[in-house]
Amino acid sequence: MSTNTSYNDQGGAEAAVEVGQEGTLTSSGTGAGFGLFSTDFKKNDDLKEMLESNKESLKLEAMKRIVGLIAKGKNASELFPAVVKNVANKNIELKKLVYVYLVRYAEEQQDLALLSISTFQRALKDPNQLIRASALRVLSSIRVPIIVPIMMLAIKESASDMSPYVRKTSAHAIQKLYSLDPDQREHLIEVIEKLLKDKSTLVAGSVVMAFEEVCPDRIDLIHKNYRKLCNLLVDVEEWGQVVIICMLTRYARTQFTSPWQEGVSFDENNEKAFYDSDSEEKRDRTEAKPYMMDPDHRLLLRNTKPLLQSRNTAVVMAVAQLYWHLAPTHEVSTVTKSLVRLLRSHREVQYVVLQNIATMSIQRKGMFEPYMKSFYVRSTDATHIKTLKLEILTNLANEANISTILREFQTYVKSQDKAFAAATIQAIGRCATNISEVTDTCLNGLVLLLSNRDETVVAESVVVIKKLLQTQPTQHSDIIKHMAKLFDKITVAMARASILWLIGEYCERVPKIAPDVLRKMAKSFTSEEDIVKLQIVNLAAKLYLTNSKQTKLLTQYILNLGKYDQNYDIRDRTRFIRQLIVPNEKSGALSRYARRILLAPKPAPLLQSAFKDRDRFQLGTLSHSLNLKASGYQELSDWPAVAPDQSVRNVEVIEPVHETVASVKKSKAAKSEDKFYSDSEGEQEDRKGSRNSSSSSNDSSSSSSSSSSEGSGSEESEEETSDESAKSSSQSEKSSSESEADQKKEKNKKNANSKAKSKAVDSESEEENNNGPMASSSSEEGSSASESSASDSDSGTEQKKSSSKSKPKVQERPRKEVSLLDLDDVTPSAPTTSKASVYSPSLLSDLEGLSLSSVSSPMQVNVQTFGPVKSHELLHHMSGKGLSARYHFPRQPFLYQPSMVHLQVTLTNTSDHPLEGLHVGDHSPASITLHRFNTVDRLEPQASVTVSMGIDFNDSTQAANFQLCTKEAEFSVSIQPAVGELLLPTSLTQPDFEKEQGKLQGMNETSATITMAASHCSSAVLSKRVLSMAHLGEVITGHDSIHRFAGRTVSSGALVLVTVEQREATGATITVNTDKTVMASMLLRDLKQALASA
Amino acid sequence: MIHSLFLVNASGDIFLEKHWKSVVSRSVCDYFFEAQERATEPENVPPVIPTPHHYLISVLRHRIYFVAVIQSEVPPLFVIEFLHRVVDTFQDYFGVCTEAAIKDNVVVVYELLEEMLDNGFPLATESNILKELIKPPTILRTMVNTITGSTNVGEQLPTGQLSVVPWRRTGVKYTNNEAYFDVVEEIDVIIDKSGSTITAEIQGVIDACVKLTGMPDLTLSFMNPRLLDDVSFHPCVRFKRWEAERILSFIPPDGNFRLLSYHVSSQNLVAIPVYVKHNITFREGSSQGRFDLTLGPKQTMGKGVEAVLVSSQLPRGVLNANLSASQGTYTFDPVTKMLTWDVGKINPQKLPSLKGSMSLQTGASKPDENPSINIQFKIQQMAISGLKVNRLDMYGEKYKPFKGIKYMTKAGKFQVRT
Repeated sequence: MSTNTSYNDQGGAEAAVEVGQEGTLTSSGTGAGFGLFSTDFKKNDDLKEMLESNKESLKLEAMKRIVGLIAKGKNASELFPAVVKNVANKNIELKKLVYVYLVRYAEEQQDLALLSISTFQRALKDPNQLIRASALRVLSSIRVPIIVPIMMLAIKESASDMSPYVRKTSAHAIQKLYSLDPDQREHLIEVIEKLLKDKSTLVAGSVVMAFEEVCPDRIDLIHKNYRKLCNLLVDVEEWGQVVIICMLTRYARTQFTSPWQEGVSFDENNEKAFYDSDSEEKRDRTEAKPYMMDPDHRLLLRNTKPLLQSRNTAVVMAVAQLYWHLAPTHEVSTVTKSLVRLLRSHREVQYVVLQNIATMSIQRKGMFEPYMKSFYVRSTDATHIKTLKLEILTNLANEANISTILREFQTYVKSQDKAFAAATIQAIGRCATNISEVTDTCLNGLVLLLSNRDETVVAESVVVIKKLLQTQPTQHSDIIKHMAKLFDKITVAMARASILWLIGEYCERVPKIAPDVLRKMAKSFTSEEDIVKLQIVNLAAKLYLTNSKQTKLLTQYILNLGKYDQNYDIRDRTRFIRQLIVPNEKSGALSRYARRILLAPKPAPLLQSAFKDRDRFQLGTLSHSLNLKASGYQELSDWPAVAPDQSVRNVEVIEPVHETVASVKKSKAAKSEDKFYSDSEGEQEDRKGSRNSSSSSNDSSSSSSSSSSEGSGSEESEEETSDESAKSSSQSEKSSSESEADQKKEKNKKNANSKAKSKAVDSESEEENNNGPMASSSSEEGSSASESSASDSDSGTEQKKSSSKSKPKVQERPRKEVSLLDLDDVTPSAPTTSKASVYSPSLLSDLEGLSLSSVSSPMQVNVQTFGPVKSHELLHHMSGKGLSARYHFPRQPFLYQPSMVHLQVTLTNTSDHPLEGLHVGDHSPASITLHRFNTVDRLEPQASVTVSMGIDFNDSTQAANFQLCTKEAEFSVSIQPAVGELLLPTSLTQPDFEKEQGKLQGMNETSATITMAASHCSSAVLSKRVLSMAHLGEVITGHDSIHRFAGRTVSSGALVLVTVEQREATGATITVNTDKTVMASMLLRDLKQALASA
Repeated sequence: MIHSLFLVNASGDIFLEKHWKSVVSRSVCDYFFEAQERATEPENVPPVIPTPHHYLISVLRHRIYFVAVIQSEVPPLFVIEFLHRVVDTFQDYFGVCTEAAIKDNVVVVYELLEEMLDNGFPLATESNILKELIKPPTILRTMVNTITGSTNVGEQLPTGQLSVVPWRRTGVKYTNNEAYFDVVEEIDVIIDKSGSTITAEIQGVIDACVKLTGMPDLTLSFMNPRLLDDVSFHPCVRFKRWEAERILSFIPPDGNFRLLSYHVSSQNLVAIPVYVKHNITFREGSSQGRFDLTLGPKQTMGKGVEAVLVSSQLPRGVLNANLSASQGTYTFDPVTKMLTWDVGKINPQKLPSLKGSMSLQTGASKPDENPSINIQFKIQQMAISGLKVNRLDMYGEKYKPFKGIKYMTKAGKFQVRT
């Protein structure tokens, strides 16, 4: 019973009633409960029983009902002990429901809640990442101060968890702990700092959220991660994008100088700041006058732009505000279209977007003018949407479009929604004051409205006319006369008062009417409203001063009436006026000035937008929406006068630093221009292992540093699977270790390659549709290569300067070469690169993975390949400690380097623990070059992944040996290609074939006679056998008995011609013509085998 | 960010509450009810309401207010977008998003909300991920669960959560592989009294229902992609490919999703598919008004105009309408003064018309505005902008999928001022 009473204390009687009903609904046993309280008690009792039973289904049922109670807002806290016992239950749904309960009531039952903590601590070590994550989630959601140290420990541990999902959860937990115990701030900042370095897109959004909540002022934590965040942005989940964009907006405002050029005034304050910065900059740079945007600033703008196409309206709005606050004036309008698009979305979205557009349209009419019609009001719009649209239309009005807008307004005035009609009249008034050409038209229109039947419309018109007349220096006695005539019909107090004020103010222009109006008013004075009475007194006073002969008695009468009015305001005013205007012995000097006091020229009221002052808030924020500073609002700072040091954003080495790198770092510190240099090659070298260090003279290290400097300067572009940069890094490794002569050769080769590549692109795009993705990815490759070569001219100049200072000339060549193919992310404002960056690194890899590896029906120029391609063992899982690898030749040209043989490696994790950091290590012999696949960050148990790599075998069948590395171990593997795989098919016509064959006679010709297996005699089977053995193209011949095949070696492109001439029944002559004699004999041997064997 | 969520029904009762941080008393909703009272129409409740200690951001869908309680600065669209996503998820799970459906599935709703938001920050909003975590309730599954004691809650972290394609779950298998695409265009028009078009815009979406095994990679190309002026994509669409080639290349989510929404550039002249002849007059001094409305097809390229529905908010002074429809049925609600006429299909030979008289309140003066007429219609097998899908190809999987594309034009906000 004690529980029952406590329950009722907490839940209140009403809740008990409801619970009782709930009980009758759900539990069948309580059907006869007459007393609600007993039902309630009984019900909770049976819940307790159910929870304590052994049957899981009963427990689950009980928990479901309890969650139902929580959802209704009912108190179910007295069940806490019974529920908490089930926290370690195996049933995952039950467990989750217990979690829900626990989080809800732990705060109230702190002691009991502690019982569950050990369960979570155990779960934090669970191998299942989902369980680890949810344990952390619940643990950190229990708002019990005593477990703060445990939470802190759990957060720290989870922040270095293998699973990015758990790390994301720990980022969320940071905020929870901070709100529970703000004293932990310093420790939490350490964790945030660590998580900010995380390269997973999953974590990025959450950790930035934590940053914003815990330490938004620690902008210094962002520096090192700025470029990474910019580059990852496209791949972060949409909610994270919003948070990151907002944070970066603030960051950019503190770190970059204003891009708003002088002359284009945007905001007085900012403009001033700009001038200051200008003079400051002069000291820094020799030619400061043309504004140079910081490459990092440009990077941000460029990487956010594609997000305008997001389906998430919050993301679009975030980008829009970023452009508004950060982009150069002429670029802001890029967001217009997307914002207008959002107007098609839900009502609430429209509301917020329209508010923001309203603010924007005040400062930049031009931005939205072309879309004016999108703001036309429909009768079905909600009132606040209508008002906002009206506001925007008014802001957009100018001389050119005013007639259209006014015509539209005319329809609105007639709207049945009278509040909206009134707002329209005000809008007309604003147009009239802003655009002098239409003032008279508007005024006439408004006067017509005075005869409208609706009071609110008339009243609003009068008020607006009053304001307009005040602003008009010209005479408008006609309108005043007209209004005086209408006066009897108008009943709205405000309108009557306005008319009286107008007549009084301009009484000299209507000398005949004014006293008459006063006469009428004197009659009805007592029945008027207060606001009108005040104006009557006013009118009387003014008339007394100007026309005392006619109105003296009337005035005195009115003043007498006012003296005994019930309202003290009116009595006060009457007394004051009387003393002021009626001269007597007591009134001193004041009455002499009565005329000047009452009839002083009054300044016209300003008709301006209600959104005028909203621009003090950052667009898109809650504060802006409310026009009220919301708690936690972060002021957007003004542009700094001088840009803070840019080099702070260069990324430092995180992992143990190589010695040579350290020396580079020192030299870097000495040079100011080395801001482009990053130390990312430290990582790179770590990955490379020891090969570089063996040849690491000072030269090689500095050259590698220079080559990586053109890389985005941020480590993740190397890390994050970006093909281009991965390639460039492999190239830079190559070039740094090889001799100068080698480099020269390389370069030539590459030039040739890029030509060949573009050719390949052409031919591919001509192909059938079914190899679309292939063609596209290669063309993308091609275009990005050309883009970066364009950017090279931009970035190259600067970098050249810096590098040429200290380095031997030789080093420059590979460096330039690298940037030729490098997707340079920090290229200063090179417009061509913007396209390239849109393509996110992971999308690229995504594309590669899907379009290259999974296309199992290969496409070749006029070649059919046969059957499933044979795959070979590369690494057995026994010797690979659970990692097994197989490879096969997909028989497609390798996209990145046509001189390489394309092969696909399938990596499978047969162990029971995930493998991390799979990559290719050193290789030998040195004459063989290979294109490494991108590092596979993580391979789950039993999962497999297929990666593409390219090897240049130099047309020999010498095996390529390389290291396959995981994080823990390295395995030497070797690939020995069959000679047939070193070829690529070529299409030749028969005459061409014969001509080429004629050139390759003598020692270039090898032939043999064989006896074929009987089953291979038909021409179809024969050519199939040949083609499956060697990657060749068949030449169409007229003869049935002669088969011709043509191809080129992959590496050097030497022609390889094969002729199979059938004689008699099973005899055949195989002839191979090529100038690669070694290959010829090997090919011949293989062909003999293929055809002879059964 | 989001502190708490309250679900309020049309009669102003809170029927569900959920807190992600410490509990906020439901009395905070009083401020919302105040605003609700002030607003004449349910739609007029302002979406953002400040209170002394909290901020209330609400959306109205299916006659339910979803009121989120915020404690500090946050982009309001962030919350609004999330709330709409919640509604979409409920709809996805329960088929409808009504008070009854939510109450029936309160446990699933709670489980969903728990997964969608952690500490007020969105965690998993992709429907494919959520469905792996919490399986949608079906009658069959409920039965199986009660018998076997298995649960609707997944035990493994959905693979999508970690992959580069979070929108697609892995291990999808179908016996019939099909991909359907619906090109639906809505035409927004305002036509003035004299019949001339004031503004006309076309907004389109491509909704897809993709049920394909494995990890297919699709490309969709258009005959005339230049028509599309402004587009927004599902995250699966490769943006760069679109920029370069105007081809939609994507790995689709499993099931229903909106691939693309677009806006057709306003430079193109928009063909208005129907015309309206109207004559609505109120005579001064008489208590009668004439109502005469005729609809006709125009520029429909031979396709029939279907599901035509005309509605009009008549002036307040109208007491009753005595009309006769040549086709379909009409209703007039004397309380809301809403006239609706369900026309059905327009027969070009015999144009539908609605004629008759309206009786006005005696003594009331003539209404000064004629009502505006809203029209809804559908035209099958036609996209009014002329957009055509060229082809759809699939890579990455070996089977041959069944592909289907459907076009439809609908009236969006089609308004005729009279």
